[in-house]
Amino acid sequence: MTKMTYREAVRGALRQALRSDPRVFLMGEDVGRYGGAFAVSHGLLEEFGPERVRDTPLSENTFVGAGIGAALGGMRPIVEVMTVNFSLLALDQIVNNAATLRHMSGGQLSVPLVVRMATGGGRQLAAQHSHSLEGWFAHIPGIKVLTPATPADARGLLLAALRDPDPVFVFEHATLYPTEGEVDEAAGPAEIGRAEVRRAGDAVTLITYGGSLGKALQAADRLAVEGIEAEVVDLRSLRPLDTASILASIARTHRAVIVDEGWRTGSFAAEVSARIMEGGFYDLDGPVARVCSAEVPMPYAKHMEDAALPQAATIVATVQEMLRRRG
Amino acid sequence: MTAPVAREHALALLRQMVLIRRFEERSAELYTRGKIRGFLHLYIGEEAVAVGAMQALRPDDAIVATYREHGQALARGIPAASLMAEMYGKASGCSRGHGGSMHFFDASRRFYGGHAIVGGGLPVAVGLALADKLQGRPRVTACFFGDGAVAEGEFHESLNLAALWTLPVLFLCENNLYAMGTALARHQSQIDVRLKAQAYAMAADAVDGMDLLAVEAATRRAAEAVRRGDGPFLLELRTYRFRAHSTADPELYRSKEEVERWRARDPIALFTARLREWGFLGDAELAALEASVAAEIDAAIAAAEAGPWEPVEDLTKDVYTPVAP
Repeated sequence: MTKMTYREAVRGALRQALRSDPRVFLMGEDVGRYGGAFAVSHGLLEEFGPERVRDTPLSENTFVGAGIGAALGGMRPIVEVMTVNFSLLALDQIVNNAATLRHMSGGQLSVPLVVRMATGGGRQLAAQHSHSLEGWFAHIPGIKVLTPATPADARGLLLAALRDPDPVFVFEHATLYPTEGEVDEAAGPAEIGRAEVRRAGDAVTLITYGGSLGKALQAADRLAVEGIEAEVVDLRSLRPLDTASILASIARTHRAVIVDEGWRTGSFAAEVSARIMEGGFYDLDGPVARVCSAEVPMPYAKHMEDAALPQAATIVATVQEMLRRRG
Repeated sequence: MTAPVAREHALALLRQMVLIRRFEERSAELYTRGKIRGFLHLYIGEEAVAVGAMQALRPDDAIVATYREHGQALARGIPAASLMAEMYGKASGCSRGHGGSMHFFDASRRFYGGHAIVGGGLPVAVGLALADKLQGRPRVTACFFGDGAVAEGEFHESLNLAALWTLPVLFLCENNLYAMGTALARHQSQIDVRLKAQAYAMAADAVDGMDLLAVEAATRRAAEAVRRGDGPFLLELRTYRFRAHSTADPELYRSKEEVERWRARDPIALFTARLREWGFLGDAELAALEASVAAEIDAAIAAAEAGPWEPVEDLTKDVYTPVAP
């Protein structure tokens, strides 16, 4: 095991993929000379050269579409889109092509494309660089949506994405890049579609993913001081979704709080809540609660952004309120 | 007058154009009878473009087309039976009945659709060409699109990227003068499509799309430039669609006189006349050709009628690629 940052873990997985598979190449805005907007690909251009680490024009729809075409042509492209807000410019290629080509061709084609992008708020970047739209992507059949929350998953899920025959979208919460964790550099790819219990507990299940995992764990630590043991489930993959692990945890704790940085209305948290209703209703001791972002374009000022995002304190308060109503 | 082309080749080209024309006439009938549903975009009038252009392509070249792709699919050699079954929605169709008229696919012939988002095929073509370049394969990716697509950002982004990276893409703009019902001059400040390539330092040419041999010659020149590594090429093929945009179009946006003027330049009639002039074709041969085409289409329709429906249990089978455990 090696201690490293999330950024280094992604870079290590990219380097491993580029070294081991000649079909793999990386392209995106500023991935080469600049070293990546989040410095993830720093040093890769020097090691692998401009054919395999390709700076693209600011043409999101076209370089994502070119990734689709290159995948059809036998390559294993990794496309980096700087942030999820920019990926909206590529939604035509993502929704109309990447997600459809296999089915629409009657199963003749596969699109082994990996698209990585930063997501989420917390860095005072306001309303065009901070949103969490991965829940939208999870709506779309034909693609897979991964949300690694730890350095080990940043590596393992990226390697899994590269091995997958279908388009996989990896959402890297931008606040995670400098965070550290233990990574087994000899480990194989992680399993796509399997949630992980990050902390065991019996009083309530906190269901979360990506950038909110740390907040959920902090909340669980604070609750433990009060004698409330929260179980924390990290979804890791939004599509496919590991419903069985969610329901198994609810069967142990009988209460659920879903923490999701997306806006509450039409959120991924709503989908998780619906699945609990469908499959775990009789295991519940009370209504499912959600901690989501406030319904506002992300504000710039620090105190306002903090207020808009899910926080450990909000999660603690939500659990306390839920348990207070128990009697 | 001496023929610039061998008789056998000329007759093969004529047969392909006639096959497309009759296939689509029968498709339109089948549409009114409810056998074919969804949208049906007919290519009638534009046959010389697909047939002429396809002559420049080799079996390992790739093709990306639009929702008006019956002509390209037939000219590429996808069996009429497979296409007709697709329009019937049968599992024996070229896309297992998942796509219909707008989404023909045939991976074995490197026919990558059938794209119904205007401009959406261009980035995919750029990527196919990038894969060839990275793997050192001397292949061409031919990307068909209409004049409507030149208004899309994807057109400009794709031309730029293909030129920037010197990718082997042959951009084939089928200019039939209308983006659905909006005339080119009503949506473009510059109606000379070739000039748009200049902004991206890309070679370009234009050709009379009603003249089969001119199309063939121009496409061969362009494809060879692309194949020898000169980078992408934009070829504008000036043509006209004789029928409505789709089965839902009342054609309020153009005059009958305009349509008649273009019909006078019917590519099949023009080429037939030349074949007669060269002594390649008499009444008997033409009748035999028509009969052989009719028999092929009859057989395609019979096969489509008899073809199996996909079992409903397979509804979500092709959403993801099966992975061995």
